[in-house]
Amino acid sequence: MKPAPFDYRAPGSLAEVLSVLAELGDDAKVLAGGQSLVPMLSLRLAAFPCLVDIGRVPELQGVHRDDGTLTVGAATVDRVVGSDQEVVTSVPLLARVTPLIGHFQIRNRGTLGGSIAHADPAAEYPAVAVALDAEIEAASSRGTRTIAAGDFFQGTWTTALEVDEVVTAVRFPVWSGRCGFAVEEFARRHGDFALAGAVCAVELSESAEVRRCAIGLFGLGSTPLRAQEAEATLVGRAPSAGDLVEVARLAADGTDPPADLHASSRYRRRLGAEMVRRALSRAIEEAKA
Amino acid sequence: MNEREVRINVNGQPCTARVEARKLLADFLREDCGLTGTHLACEHGVCGACTVLLDGEAIRSCLTFAVQAAGREVTTVEGLAGPEGELNPVQRAFQEEHGLQCGFCTPGFVVSATAFVRDNPDPTDEEIREAMSGNLCRCTGYQGILRAVRAATHVARAQPE
Repeated sequence: MKPAPFDYRAPGSLAEVLSVLAELGDDAKVLAGGQSLVPMLSLRLAAFPCLVDIGRVPELQGVHRDDGTLTVGAATVDRVVGSDQEVVTSVPLLARVTPLIGHFQIRNRGTLGGSIAHADPAAEYPAVAVALDAEIEAASSRGTRTIAAGDFFQGTWTTALEVDEVVTAVRFPVWSGRCGFAVEEFARRHGDFALAGAVCAVELSESAEVRRCAIGLFGLGSTPLRAQEAEATLVGRAPSAGDLVEVARLAADGTDPPADLHASSRYRRRLGAEMVRRALSRAIEEAKA
Repeated sequence: MNEREVRINVNGQPCTARVEARKLLADFLREDCGLTGTHLACEHGVCGACTVLLDGEAIRSCLTFAVQAAGREVTTVEGLAGPEGELNPVQRAFQEEHGLQCGFCTPGFVVSATAFVRDNPDPTDEEIREAMSGNLCRCTGYQGILRAVRAATHVARAQPE
């Protein structure tokens, strides 16, 4: 099928984007890479009077590193996020989840900010943002604000963004020290959204005890989730393989995953626990190495 | 309604048409440029039949509007062969390795593989499978397709551009 008719604006600057969004209100929908939006328009699951294409706004492109923060411009395509040396060294999780997003043809168009703003609960970038306590920069003609990733995702495809706001960048804290990072997900075919997945980051002390731990879950609820209770039980310990089974179970226990014809809720929860166990175990191995 | 003039360089030739904003790049190529080698099947980004190069990178032309490609360079399957019609290494390998049966998915596979082999001249079998996983062949002739991509990488390494 083809999308319903819409008006189209392609501003050349962020200021112009903001003034168009202010003018059109909820008649406007921001178009970034379009890899989630265009199929929804084509299937007529969604329709908007006007699309505002941010693909020609230079301020929204690129990656830069300050002291403890990596800032990724909202319209930076997945291909760049996955291969940029600054991303690979500063926030390895971001680079490592990228190959799991769709296919390379999708990653040539899809953007980090688009994935964040689309807020699919099974998507990888939102899970990394929640796990690492990223901050989402949003701008409107009224000004700019920073939203903690934990407050940004409110439900399936629903975020804290106001109708006249656009995501301009996402800021990820850079972990330093003796760290390890891993992502594990289970999808029925490569490139599909995962039935369940986990991203983990750990920092170890000199004596190999967990100093800091972050566990993000995706596909297990209506938003990406953070397993804070499980994280807390790991801190100060040098967990055995058996401990990780327990921690992983704890991480998934509190979730209420969706059920569909591909997987029951219970199956997704068990799968989620196993994804956490594998990711934690790999992250700890990496930190020790 | 909502029509605008869109000019895209397609296979090195400018193509200009007045189109609606909702017109997909794939439909622009087929209907306004007369280049029907780019095929459309699922029209929602799953099958890969509509793959083209946008500024050199493989993309799904059913997930991009023509207006988004305005002023940019598009290469379709028609633009892959040399000036005398000589097949590119991927096209030749698809022919030699029986990488096609009915041929409907072939333009998408060939365009995807052309970008992949250019960027990955020495891939593992696993990398080839992963790269081709975004294109569907409903004749399920995948073994010949994977052989063809492998053969094209041999040519790419023997004759670096």
